[in-house]
Amino acid sequence: MPAPVITASSLVKKYDDFTAVAGIDFDVAPGESFGLLGPNGAGKSTTMRMIGAVSTRTSGELSILGLDPNLHGPDIRSQLGVVPQQDNLDLDLRVRDNLLVYGRYFGLPRTQIAERADELLEFAQLSDRKAAKVDELSGGMKRRLTIARALINDPRILLLDEPTTGLDPQARHILWDRLFRLKERGTTLVLTTHYMDEAEQLCDRLVVVDKGQIMAEGSPASLIREYSSREVLEVRFGSDKNSEAAERVAGIGERIEVLPDRLLIYSNNGEAELEKITKLGLHPITSLVRRSSLEDVFLRLTGRSLIE
Amino acid sequence: MTATVPESARASGPDNEDARRALAAGVAPRRYGALYIVEHRIRALRGYASSAILTSLGNPIVYLFALGVGLASLVPEGIGGVSYLEFVAPALLCAAAMTVAANETTYPIVAGFKWNPIFHGMNASPIQGNQIVQGIMLFIALRMTFAVAVYYAVILAFGAVPSVWGILTVPIAVLTGMAIGLLISSYSATLKDERGQLAMVMRFGFTPMFLFSGTFFPLEQLPIYLQPIGWVSPLWHGVELGRLAAYGHDIAPWLIAVHIGYLVSIVVIGLWSTSRTVTRRLAG
Repeated sequence: MPAPVITASSLVKKYDDFTAVAGIDFDVAPGESFGLLGPNGAGKSTTMRMIGAVSTRTSGELSILGLDPNLHGPDIRSQLGVVPQQDNLDLDLRVRDNLLVYGRYFGLPRTQIAERADELLEFAQLSDRKAAKVDELSGGMKRRLTIARALINDPRILLLDEPTTGLDPQARHILWDRLFRLKERGTTLVLTTHYMDEAEQLCDRLVVVDKGQIMAEGSPASLIREYSSREVLEVRFGSDKNSEAAERVAGIGERIEVLPDRLLIYSNNGEAELEKITKLGLHPITSLVRRSSLEDVFLRLTGRSLIE
Repeated sequence: MTATVPESARASGPDNEDARRALAAGVAPRRYGALYIVEHRIRALRGYASSAILTSLGNPIVYLFALGVGLASLVPEGIGGVSYLEFVAPALLCAAAMTVAANETTYPIVAGFKWNPIFHGMNASPIQGNQIVQGIMLFIALRMTFAVAVYYAVILAFGAVPSVWGILTVPIAVLTGMAIGLLISSYSATLKDERGQLAMVMRFGFTPMFLFSGTFFPLEQLPIYLQPIGWVSPLWHGVELGRLAAYGHDIAPWLIAVHIGYLVSIVVIGLWSTSRTVTRRLAG
């Protein structure tokens, strides 16, 4: 196995008396697409800022491309592409100019930057907007421009902090497609998300993070295998009847989660469990059999939903 | 906080190739980072260049007519042996520098963290916090030099500079402006929320300084208990030096040293404290 491009061990970040990251360990292999999945406030962004060699760690070890960010921040950052949670494009500049000034930060020659800027605008599907003001772009376009900007230095590692949060479904799919292409080209991706489908689509391997700690680690499929059943039966009896119904269906399926609005029954055969429920004389208002997702893994691990 | 180079950085293998590439790529930004920031700001200036040029030209003309021609007619005997126009011209030049400083170091600094958070973008690249500050300040100094030079040309056109040494009022004004700008940025860089604090700075800092720094009348005209406003004001120190250059205003040599020393010290301290604040905020 090739040497990892990122190694973190017992990584901790504290702000005054608040612990954002409470000792986490992980490695990222070159070319891998690695995800940090967790709810808001889990410490994902803080971890990303430490990997980005911007935020200094409180304790623990961190090595990026074999270098310590405390000593080699600028050197490490020269090899990274960063897509922060909140876009920080320069609103006073036009679309293409944003790429030109950013490329200069890496000390790249102007001709090379100009060439790359045009390629990246093409890649980000923004070629026809290159003279537009950043403010005039839609949210999805700004996001794609931020990604294009992050690629101006041909980074070894691309860091994406909640790349599609706040985007509409269509914009998300365009973005996923672009990110998937990068992954196919062998760019190492590290991303945080609280969207299951995003993690399942983009990550080879991920860690589930909650309250600054890693709860589980593995590929999306293996996590689902390990922490959930193949299928999930979702039944709704109406908000005030769910818990009462839960008592009556106890024993059906491998495990039951009672949520305020529905019951989740974990099983390898959802339809069969639904039949059992009907035989008990219970008639859910709605029922749905679906495959297990990372949402179920998270619920199992923390007892909470990801998006609350 | 540990600060040791991890084993893998010293070991051979593919890791080491990555590290070598990173160290090589870090050289240019470490050296020229501040200049890249200047480039960025100049490009952003294009958006408002025409209005900047217009105010650079319009302001001095208005002020020189109002004060040098209008108000001067009420002071026919002049002040300290020179005409009122000659007396007020170096002060106006320093005040013009101060205005550029205030424009560039108040809202734009808060904006860089908050409304148009370009500082965070810069810091995600190889650029470091102190380089961001140096670059921004260098750009402001350039912009200020341009504005002051235009102002000086207008002053010359009004025939308000008796001495050939008058040209020195340009660097003096820039030094004064930068001292004031760095004083303001030391504060504005700490602002996480802008709830009118900057307007207060303008009202209770900028305006009194503008009026009570021996700008429009000699500081000695003020009652003694108000004169300390002038002594602490960087503008007064700059104006005194400007008058020395413009018409040989009588100042004791030790006082010249005090004026220069005061302004230079503020620049150095302001640069240090702004850099520290910005670096810490970005590393949080």
